[in-house]
Amino acid sequence: MLRNSRSEFGSATIVLHWTIAALILGLTLIGFVMRRTDIDPALQFSLYQWHKSFGFTALGLATLRTAWWLVERSPAPPPGLGALEHIAARMAHGALIVLALAVPLAGWAVASASTLDIPSFYFNAVVIPHLPLAKSEASEAFWAFVHALLGYVTLGLVAIHAAAALYHHFIRRDAVLVRMLGFGTRSHHLRTPDAEENDDPIVERK
Amino acid sequence: MTIPRRQALKAIASLALLAMTAAPAAGARPPSLTEAAGTYRVAGSSVIHFTVPQAGGGSGLAGDFGKFSGRFRIDGNNIEQSSVEFTLYPESVRSRERRIENFLRSSAVFDTANFKTITFRSTIVRQTGPDTATVEGTLTARGKSRKERFEVTLTDWNRRSIAFTIRGSIRRAPYGMDVGTPIYSNVVQFDMKIRGQRR
Ligand code: HEM
Ligand code: HEM
Repeated sequence: MLRNSRSEFGSATIVLHWTIAALILGLTLIGFVMRRTDIDPALQFSLYQWHKSFGFTALGLATLRTAWWLVERSPAPPPGLGALEHIAARMAHGALIVLALAVPLAGWAVASASTLDIPSFYFNAVVIPHLPLAKSEASEAFWAFVHALLGYVTLGLVAIHAAAALYHHFIRRDAVLVRMLGFGTRSHHLRTPDAEENDDPIVERK
Repeated sequence: MTIPRRQALKAIASLALLAMTAAPAAGARPPSLTEAAGTYRVAGSSVIHFTVPQAGGGSGLAGDFGKFSGRFRIDGNNIEQSSVEFTLYPESVRSRERRIENFLRSSAVFDTANFKTITFRSTIVRQTGPDTATVEGTLTARGKSRKERFEVTLTDWNRRSIAFTIRGSIRRAPYGMDVGTPIYSNVVQFDMKIRGQRR
C-alpha cells in the first residue's frame, strides 16, 4: 500500500523515511569530513559540490515528506506504548520533520551568502540560484554556524530516535521498528483489537 | 606612452608585431621592422590577467600574477624568427579573496609547493595583420608541456619600449588542473598587457 493505514506505514512513508535518513546521515558525514578534516583540496572542493547536490535532494524529499506528513494520517501507536512515550515520539518526529527542512535551508543560505559565490550546479546539470541574501563574510559565517549547529543537533536527535527504535525492537520486542521497515506488518493480524480502539482520529490529528 | 608622431615612420604594412594600435592616433604608423627589431625585457608593469567563466553566468573567477619575468626578441629580417621566453611564478597569484588564492596555490591547481614556475617558450611567430600576430609555443605547467597559441596585438610603441595585448584560451584539464569543472570552465581566458623594455 502506498498510503498509511490505521496501524501501518504505507510504502510512500517508508521509502521517504529511509531515503531521507540515508541522505541525512551521509550528508552529515560528508559535511564533517569536508569541513573538519585535513583532506586534499581538490577532493574537498568536490565533496562540497556533492554535499550541495545531495543536500538539495534531501531538501526536496523533506519538502515532499512534510507535505505528506501533514496530509496523511499517522498509524496508531503500536500497542503497549504509553501515553507519555507516544507524546515524546510525536515531538521527536515533529522536530525531525522541521530539522530535515531547516538544515538544508541553512546550508543553502551558506552557499548563497558566501563571498566565494560558487554556483550550486545540481549534479552538474542545472544551476540552482542562490537565495537572495547579502554576501558578506559575517553573513556566511553566521549561516555556516547555524547550519553546523542544526546539523549536529539533528544528528543527536537521530541518534536518540534510532536508539529508541532499537530499544523497542530488541528490549520491548514490539512492532515499532518492524513497521517502519515495512515488512511483517502486511498481515493485519499484528493489529490487536487494542490498537484499533486506540485509533482515535482526534489523537492522530497533527 | 607617447606615440611617435614626430617621427617620420616608414609605412611598412607587413610588420606583424610592430604595427600600431588597431585605431592608432592620427598620423601614427606602425614602426618598421628594423626600427622595432631588438631584444626586450618584459617590464614589471605588465599585467597578466586571467578569467575562468562559471556556470550560470556571473563574474566567474579572475586573477593576476604579480611575479613574472621574460624577454623577447624581434627579428628585423624575418618576423617568424622572433621569439619569446616567459616565466611566471604562480605563487604570486592574486585574486579577490585569500581563500581563492590559497586554493589556486594548493595541490588542486598550481601546486606551487612542487612546481615553482609556469613557462612559455615560443616556437613560431606568424603575422596575421598590420598590427597583429599569433605566437605559438610550448607552455609548461605542473610538469606538463603542450603547444599553445596566443593572439598578439600591438598597442603602443616608442624607441625604448613596445607594448602588446596578448590573449589566449588555455584548456587547463590537460595540465592536471581540471578541479572545479564544469562549474568553472575548463577554458581559462588570458588577457595580458605586456610591455617590453629595450635592453
Ligand atoms: C539535510 C541536509 C544537510 C545536512 C545534514 C548537512 C550537514 C552538514 C554538516 C554536518 C556540515 C559540517 C558543519 C561543520 O562541521 O562546520 C555541513 C557543512 C556545509 N553544508 Fe551542509 N548539510 C545539508 C544540506 C546542505 C545544503 C542543501 C547545502 C547547500 C546548498 C549545504 C551546504 C553546506 C556548506 C557550504 C557547508 C560548509 C560550511 C562551512 O564551510 O563552514 N548543506 N553540512
Ligand atoms: C537512521 C536511523 C533511523 C532509524 C533506525 C529510524 C527508525 C524509525 C522508526 C522505527 C520509526 C517508526 C516509529 C513509529 O512506529 O511510529 C520512525 C519514524 C520516524 N522517523 Fe525515523 N529512523 C531513523 C532516522 C530518521 C531520520 C534521519 C529522520 C529525519 C528526518 C527520521 C524521521 C522520522 C519521522 C519524522 C518519523 C515519524 C513517521 C510518521 O509518524 O509519519 N528518522 N523512525
